[in-house]
Amino acid sequence: MDFIFYFGDVFSPLSFLLLLGGTIGGLILGATPGLSPTMAVALLIPFTFHLEAVQGLILLGAAYTSTVAGGAVSAILLKIPGAPANIATTLDGHQMAKQGQGAKALQLSFLASAVGGIFGVLLLIFLTPLLAEWALAFGPSHLFWLAILGVTVIGSLDSASVVKGLLSGCIGLWLATIGFDDIMGAQRFIFHPSLGGGINIIAALIGLFAIPQVLTMFAKGRRTSGAEVIEVQKHSVLDATKELLRRPLALGIGTITGSIIGLIPGVGGQIAGLVAYDQTKKFSSEREKFGKGHSEGVIAAEAANNAMVGPSLVPLLTLSIPGSPTAAVLLGGLLIHGIFPGSDLFDNHPDVAWTFINSMLVGQVLMCLFGLYVAGLAARVAQVPQSVMAAIVLALSVFGAYSVQSSMGDVYVMACLGIGMYFLERFGFSAAPLVLGLILGPIAESNFIQGGMIADATVGRAGYFLSGGLNIFLIAVVVASVAYSAWMELRSRRYTTKEEAQA
Amino acid sequence: MNRSQHIFGSGLVLAVSIWVAWISYTQAPAEAFLFPRLIASVFVVLAGWTFGKAVLGLSKVGSGVSRSMFIQMVPGLVVMLIYVFWAAKTLGFYTATAIAFFILLSIYDPAPHSEARTWGKRALITACFVAVMYGLFALLLSVYTPREILF
Repeated sequence: MDFIFYFGDVFSPLSFLLLLGGTIGGLILGATPGLSPTMAVALLIPFTFHLEAVQGLILLGAAYTSTVAGGAVSAILLKIPGAPANIATTLDGHQMAKQGQGAKALQLSFLASAVGGIFGVLLLIFLTPLLAEWALAFGPSHLFWLAILGVTVIGSLDSASVVKGLLSGCIGLWLATIGFDDIMGAQRFIFHPSLGGGINIIAALIGLFAIPQVLTMFAKGRRTSGAEVIEVQKHSVLDATKELLRRPLALGIGTITGSIIGLIPGVGGQIAGLVAYDQTKKFSSEREKFGKGHSEGVIAAEAANNAMVGPSLVPLLTLSIPGSPTAAVLLGGLLIHGIFPGSDLFDNHPDVAWTFINSMLVGQVLMCLFGLYVAGLAARVAQVPQSVMAAIVLALSVFGAYSVQSSMGDVYVMACLGIGMYFLERFGFSAAPLVLGLILGPIAESNFIQGGMIADATVGRAGYFLSGGLNIFLIAVVVASVAYSAWMELRSRRYTTKEEAQA
Repeated sequence: MNRSQHIFGSGLVLAVSIWVAWISYTQAPAEAFLFPRLIASVFVVLAGWTFGKAVLGLSKVGSGVSRSMFIQMVPGLVVMLIYVFWAAKTLGFYTATAIAFFILLSIYDPAPHSEARTWGKRALITACFVAVMYGLFALLLSVYTPREILF
């Protein structure tokens, strides 16, 4: 129950102001189609450089929480999910809005998000110290396999093609080796002075997540969004709360499904929302109403995608393995403040860790309160032309990348990686495993080298890395996640081929 | 997406992987390249597999870049490249940002180009945005950026 002692820090004037700013800003960013939570958090990192570590993390955590919830606004009022996590919300949310129940749908989405989100953060609070204690037993070989696990799980589960996902992870791991090697001081893959210090994580994160979005907006040309905002009529929050309480099945399934899915590295809010929606539909006594504007659909989807936020940080804070792309960006935020998550985070920086987690709990409540009132405004912001959004994101990316270490080299790296990632994405590669490779590469390499030294003096490399219960378990999970994803991909291809043949 | 695009994309990735592997296995000291060798080996195998699938026409994932998309993207991409690789440092961050922002708005704004009011609106949005950026980065965060011309 250590976390209780650090609650007061959340309410210090600057921290609370940042929490408010992050929450309101996140709601507006989340409601803007094209700005994903990951990209929003990546663009915010440069703003945290001048803050204390804990304050910077409060800002990033608040933005993460509320961008996911804010995505429901455009999903409901514009039928455009603000983020992939809100896809399931469009199914019934927009139908409700079309039937004049837009305000009710928004209220239900924010209330369900808050319930799911609070449960998720509580899970984070109670699971993290347990796992952190367990992680103390990890040696170099285990940490090496954990880093590889982080890359392969995200590479295989987060991508449409397992091979291309793993290939993206390999590209990330290779990019992480650019620069001077830590042990020998030898130059590796440096063919331009900008790469002398290696690839800066923050510049890379901004480039990989923001620049492809900018280019996607350019590729749409001179096009208006074409979406009309449905006017929001007044609706009593009390009635929405009563409605939520009348739907415990949807709320429960959404919350539990989201929390479990959040714990699995690589399975994001999109899967959480869709699985929760599907399960609620199966168990509901009114399943025929789904897809036609049924409140249970909105409740289940939104409870799930916010419940996943807290648990997705458990592997990050305990094992340094980000559970989602946004968690990977948060890891970048932690690292630039000199904080290394892992087993000793709660021993070395309990104030930072617990204040950050507590702020997410308070942030869920604030997100709900502001969401109920900012929703209308956020929907208007969502109508900002793509041309303006693209220009804003590009300028913010350039300034953000430069401000990391006042280096034009970082800006060049950001632009090159971003342009490269845009084309890679068009060919089916994804940014998340690449980022994971880039972040986990140094962890994997240093543990590989350390483990190698121990192995040479003891049982040999094969014996050291491939034996022992925990090593075998981790290798098995790596293999199982890749095999499972390959099987799912094969199954979905067969299904598509069969459908095409029938058509 | 047509097969040639898949072959080109995956061929490029295969070429990079071979280059990485070649450097990893030929450069000294060998200890410094131990981990890159491990990655490069997996990298080459996966890239080879992807390229093989592309050649056989079995690649299904990825929608490629259509001609119309590319044509629409090129002006923005060119402005972006000039902004990042030349103007930002040569003209100064804020001057370059103002010019790039205004040009991008002018190229991609769906509002008609024939109305003076639209141009005024674009100029106003640009001025407001650059003022906000200056306030945020120069005044609030105290980030010193190159300021060669004007500011």
